[in-house]
Amino acid sequence: MKKYSIFAIARNARTHHENWERAWRSPDPKPHYDVVIVGGGGHGLATAYYLAKECGITNVAVIEKGWLGGGNTGRNTTIVRSNYLMDESAALYDHAVQLWEDLSDELNYNVMFSQRGLLHLAHNVHDMQEIGRRGNSIYMNGIDSEFLSPGQVKDMVPIINLNCRYPVMGGLLQRRGGTARHDAVAWGYARAADAMGVDIIQNCEVTGFKIEGGVVKGVETTRGSIGAGKVGVVAAGHSSVVAEMAGFRMPLESFPLQAFVSEPMKPIVDCVIMSNAIHAYISQSDKGELVIGGSGDPFISYSQRGSFDQIEHVVGPVLELYPIFSRVRMLRQWGGITDVTVDRSPIMTKTPVENMFFNCGWGTGGFKATPGSGHVFAHSIAKGEMHPIAAPFSMDRFHTGALIDEAAAAAVAH
Amino acid sequence: MFLVKCPWCGWRDQTEFSYGGEAHIARPLEPGQISDAEWGDYIYTRRNTKGVHAERWSHTQGCGRWFNALRHTVTDVMWDSYKMGEDAPTPPKDWDGMTCCDDHKKLAEGAKK
Repeated sequence: MKKYSIFAIARNARTHHENWERAWRSPDPKPHYDVVIVGGGGHGLATAYYLAKECGITNVAVIEKGWLGGGNTGRNTTIVRSNYLMDESAALYDHAVQLWEDLSDELNYNVMFSQRGLLHLAHNVHDMQEIGRRGNSIYMNGIDSEFLSPGQVKDMVPIINLNCRYPVMGGLLQRRGGTARHDAVAWGYARAADAMGVDIIQNCEVTGFKIEGGVVKGVETTRGSIGAGKVGVVAAGHSSVVAEMAGFRMPLESFPLQAFVSEPMKPIVDCVIMSNAIHAYISQSDKGELVIGGSGDPFISYSQRGSFDQIEHVVGPVLELYPIFSRVRMLRQWGGITDVTVDRSPIMTKTPVENMFFNCGWGTGGFKATPGSGHVFAHSIAKGEMHPIAAPFSMDRFHTGALIDEAAAAAVAH
Repeated sequence: MFLVKCPWCGWRDQTEFSYGGEAHIARPLEPGQISDAEWGDYIYTRRNTKGVHAERWSHTQGCGRWFNALRHTVTDVMWDSYKMGEDAPTPPKDWDGMTCCDDHKKLAEGAKK
């Protein structure tokens, strides 16, 4: 892998940028790998990267049924934050934020991580109590968190209409939160993992598993069978489908969640603003588009579209809060399939099948955790025991009752 | 957005209805007699089917009644609905999830003519 740098740009300018090497190879699958990762999104690629870099396991394949980052990695609203209520979540998501902070250097790939600040709005007494409780608990977990008065919210976001139908009564700000470039995260991890010998195999769908005596021995794919010492499944919305192939079920339901972007505009919003009470969140990409998201569809589906009426439920509140956007035109709309758990916390777990690990249930907010998720999952696969940060997120919690209930803090806003 | 068939009111827009999750999950008769794992499965584990899914709906903005329905979760087309307590209808094996039971019947009759 040739290093990306200003000198590389100058060198390649002399040959009219026609000789850049490919960011990663496109190999045929080998007959056997030490670890096979099912799912080439951000989390899967990050897992492969940290397996190679930190665990010394380079005989790894990432198998992707479509193209890299074509699922939820390329369909989210790119928000990164770690202001979660529960201790277990704080440890996990802040581990991710700390990795995000050095990620561009680490991968030699600009993931455009921008800590522009992330503001949660409160619109009623209950919201104020909720951010009070959550803000203090976040603070006690050593994560930055500030309360803002309506005046301070207005200073930060001059275009906001504080006296809208549900007036803004305050806000909770995490200055280390922000956004990143979602495609770059997948590509950066893919390129860096490939350079260490990881095989990235696209257009290769898993159709089944080879399981002997309760131990996984390999995966069956549309490009033939591939032997595997261990298998890590990071299949997001399709985790239930993959689990069914392995002969067990997961405590998951898959819901479509949609987002949309506007036409590009000059800079007008320089932070991420979200509101749990009115189900809308907004930020502005570096290209100038407003990136807008809201709540998911209320029924399970794999349609990757999202319902038309949900658009109105999101656009209405956005215009109440920011009347200046009333004539902005929307450019694109899309949906992703989110695998949601009942406590709105992810599942990183061993499974009833030996040597098979699942990393799923990230629901509507997995993007922010990409580096942290990959990091602890890689260590868990390498050791065969769950990493201490990942251990509380085992699927056993749905039997023991030790749920990590982020439903209040994470169910809506991402 | 798609159409939902209420057994009493007929085909209406999905926004009139509330979704009630997977159908035909029976509460264990003796909760004290089963293991934590079985109880956890009853509460949390779901089929989450990609394909034909049996699910509960309530016509909240209409007659308010609960019923079951079969829907294809890739195309979001509902095959048919049925009343609580009835057995689920069986869509034809070659059903591609593109037409509801009524349209499927009309198309089949059209093809015969």
